[in-house]
Amino acid sequence: MNVLRKLKPGWGIIPVAIFLGIWEIVARLNLIPGHFFFPPFSTVVIEFYYLTVNGVLGHNFLSSLIRVLIGFSTGSIAGLFMGIIMGWNRVTDKALSPIISLIYPIPALGWLPLLMLWLGIGEALPITIIFICSFFPILYNTATGIRTVDKSYIRVARTLGASDMKILITVVIPLALPNVFTGLRLESGMAWRVIIAAEMVAIPTGIGALMMKAESLMRIDIIIVCLIVLAVMCLSFEKFFAFLETKLTSRWR
Amino acid sequence: MSSINLKNISKYVCKNINLEIFDKELLVLLGPNGAGKSTLLNVIAGLIDYEGSVFFNNKTIDKLPANKRRIGYLFQELNLFPHLDISANIAYGLRVQKNPQNEIKARVEELLQIMKIKQLSSRYPKELSGGEKQRVALARALANFPRILLLDEPMNSLDYRTSKYLRTEFKILQKKLGITTIYVTHNFYEAEEMAQRIAVLDRGRVEQIGLPKEIFFHPTKSVNDFIGAPNILTCDYCNRLNFGLVEVKCGDISLAVSSEREKIKKVAILPEDIYLSNTRPPGPDVNRVRGELTEINESSSTVCCTVVTEKNSLKVKLPQEIFTSMSLDIGDEVWLILALRKLKIITDGE
Repeated sequence: MNVLRKLKPGWGIIPVAIFLGIWEIVARLNLIPGHFFFPPFSTVVIEFYYLTVNGVLGHNFLSSLIRVLIGFSTGSIAGLFMGIIMGWNRVTDKALSPIISLIYPIPALGWLPLLMLWLGIGEALPITIIFICSFFPILYNTATGIRTVDKSYIRVARTLGASDMKILITVVIPLALPNVFTGLRLESGMAWRVIIAAEMVAIPTGIGALMMKAESLMRIDIIIVCLIVLAVMCLSFEKFFAFLETKLTSRWR
Repeated sequence: MSSINLKNISKYVCKNINLEIFDKELLVLLGPNGAGKSTLLNVIAGLIDYEGSVFFNNKTIDKLPANKRRIGYLFQELNLFPHLDISANIAYGLRVQKNPQNEIKARVEELLQIMKIKQLSSRYPKELSGGEKQRVALARALANFPRILLLDEPMNSLDYRTSKYLRTEFKILQKKLGITTIYVTHNFYEAEEMAQRIAVLDRGRVEQIGLPKEIFFHPTKSVNDFIGAPNILTCDYCNRLNFGLVEVKCGDISLAVSSEREKIKKVAILPEDIYLSNTRPPGPDVNRVRGELTEINESSSTVCCTVVTEKNSLKVKLPQEIFTSMSLDIGDEVWLILALRKLKIITDGE
């Protein structure tokens, strides 16, 4: 146990290193039939370097990043706002819940054909897809968070002289933060998964589009570079919100 | 001046409740679970709709919403805001009322001092013990200079010692601050210890209201059912001993009771405060008496017995398993011990 504890800060790197080592050996020794489709890890690293130096990766990555940032931030702000209103106000909740319940289960990519016809192929398309992908789950988590705040805290705040608006801002929203962050954390990763899919299907730029081009040129190494970038971005976004959640709520939870 | 008058209050179980709480008084609402005690507090605080009228200093406040009633309310679960540190919890009411920052700071400091929790100011509720939470919740309830303080079974979750200590402290504080207070409990001893007056509530009605001793010695029938009928003994002889103790004789029972006054008219003790033994207990023959078991009534968890001594008859209540372990039957000889601290007295002039 003590040995494990000492290893803790960087222990996660060991299995990754072992995995990459096995990958390299298996590819180099041609242990997989049709090795043409399975480049060694070192080839992927070299390709990553070339793609970075010639700006292809940077350009496509930036396109995807901007779409994710705009779509996710607008979608989550709108989701938070609507979630707070629906969680706090019973009338709004009753009025909008049936519509939301109906639309919520539709996968974000399910909107793609419709949006392609409505918006055309352009920047608005992936941004809208990300918006939809973020909006509903964040709305749902926020509304649930607000609704499930223990009513006794609200009663206490009321007897201490707080108005409804003050109670919402100073008690209910802070106490709903853990739920809100669960939504933000999960959907920030999901936004990346969805943008790649959308770019693969309908948009000519971005990491997803780069993957599709690589596929047509049978460049497995480029596809793997794109997948690694995607994995890193999903993880970084999720970790960022997990960090923010810890920073804001760990002291009192 | 902060008197409260309840006129014909009806809500849920409560039916036509009329009650007056005097300025600076500490009134205890005593009653079993479901009697309507918390409902009544919520009515006063304006947290629920109700029929009837609530008056503060003879002015109706029925139309005032809860956040304008200036009431300090200590809930059973305390409900300290988990996301705020202790200072912020205490300051909450002052902040939402937009008091100036320097005034808030000064008031919080003052309350931290009064409640002896200065060292906790930057901690969070999850880091506090039950007793500490209690103090913080009370400080928060007092921060806004409330006209009335409502306490809903605030000591329920605390161990006996802490709750006893806090009750004593609170009583002193209540007197010092002179704040009109309604304290809810289902425990008669707690009520007796705290109250200036006790109002016994049962099934939504005020069954009896009066001084603790009046309630104990002269309970109405339904109050009797709730707190249990005490054994009342008439004293024929009193002799003052040292240290605030008086020796009294009630027929064949010789007792030492704590009292500052010498003339004691009656002594009372609840059946559950008498210990029963099938062997002669060690120690002097004070607060002990020999008798014969004449009646046994067994219920699921307790046994009520009647023990007849030479000149008295006493009811005793004890847990089923203790009674069974003694293998007693009607006609057996038993010894009773009357717990000194549980004896209630009526002196001359009361």
